[in-house]
Amino acid sequence: MNKIISFIAKIGNPVTSFIIMLGAMFMLILQIIASIPYCLRRFHLVIKELFFSGVLSLVIISVSGWFVGMVLALQGYNTLQRFGSVSVLGSLVALSLLRELGPVLSAILFASRAGSGITAGIGLMKATEQLDAMQVMSVNPVSKVFAPKLLAGIIAVPILNVLFNTCGILGGHFVGVTLLGLNNGAFWSQMQDSVSFNYDIINSIIKSFIFGICITLLAVFHGVTSKATAEGISSATTKTVVHSALAVLALDFILTAFMF
Amino acid sequence: MKRITLDFWVGVFVLIGIVCTIFLSLKVANIVSFNNYNKNTYTLYADFTNIGSLKNNAPVKVSGFTVGKISDISLDPQSYQAKVTMQIDNEYKFSSDSSAEILTTGLLGEQYIGLKSGADTETLQNGETISYTSSAMILEQLIGKFMTNMSSK
Repeated sequence: MNKIISFIAKIGNPVTSFIIMLGAMFMLILQIIASIPYCLRRFHLVIKELFFSGVLSLVIISVSGWFVGMVLALQGYNTLQRFGSVSVLGSLVALSLLRELGPVLSAILFASRAGSGITAGIGLMKATEQLDAMQVMSVNPVSKVFAPKLLAGIIAVPILNVLFNTCGILGGHFVGVTLLGLNNGAFWSQMQDSVSFNYDIINSIIKSFIFGICITLLAVFHGVTSKATAEGISSATTKTVVHSALAVLALDFILTAFMF
Repeated sequence: MKRITLDFWVGVFVLIGIVCTIFLSLKVANIVSFNNYNKNTYTLYADFTNIGSLKNNAPVKVSGFTVGKISDISLDPQSYQAKVTMQIDNEYKFSSDSSAEILTTGLLGEQYIGLKSGADTETLQNGETISYTSSAMILEQLIGKFMTNMSSK
């Protein structure tokens, strides 16, 4: 009997803590949504966050996009060569970047570059009791700290995604046309023939928009709920990166199933 | 950091986003075709029994040279044939007994419409239909024909 009870307790504890986490997260989301109008009136808060999460990610996003595009073109060329249809390389690179690789990789890079920073920042504010101090001074930390970060994430991730795609396609063009000597016109015309604006590009931007919301929410949530110790902050940062990578990949599957 | 520096860099960031979006929509997805932009065109129609995997915006070529593009593909509810609408540049005129066929670039390449001019001195006018058409080559049908030929031998 005791064994059964302890078994049920073993299952029940993670389930209830998961439900508690969901509830806390939902409350946080509601609070953040409620304070978005405040943020829009004080837009310099958002601009500051955009600088740290967006502008400082420009280099890593463009460089990795360039290399992903080059690798895609190189691998695609080797495979397509066997079937004698190297001419579709342009559409291969563009479609795989726009539909999957661009949104997913830029989101994961954003999570590890900016998401971890958001969590560590909020965790440290919590550990040094800055959040409590704000509340004492009747400044709402949700509207002053969390909501600007969320808005900045929502704005930054789609832009980074578009940049990633552009750099990737240019990288693919560099390998395909400049190094491997494909026909420049055929490369672009095959691409233009298969990529449609409404279908591929809009969906790519919608995807990254959703990923941006998801990553920044997770980052803010893990920062707020972190233990106020050095280990607490470091484990919260790890959790942010792991959870957002998992969430992005799972969401990507669901979104792809709906979109394409 | 000073506020104006932050504003500047965020502005640069947004600008990069806009430039990349324009690049993707114009150069990659080709919503406004650079080649045919602002050129005067006229419309020709052609009915096909099978268009294969012909798509909108596919080129219309004569001897491999692009003279226009496909603007619309629809199904004629009476004859159950696919009606292809083509926009041809004004400077190219074709005789009224011209023929249209659906061709493929390479083995797996895109499909396009090839026009062949006839001998008639009259030319096709805006809104007229090309009467001589040959459908896309469907690999399964060819294999089917080949198999029946083989078995009847």
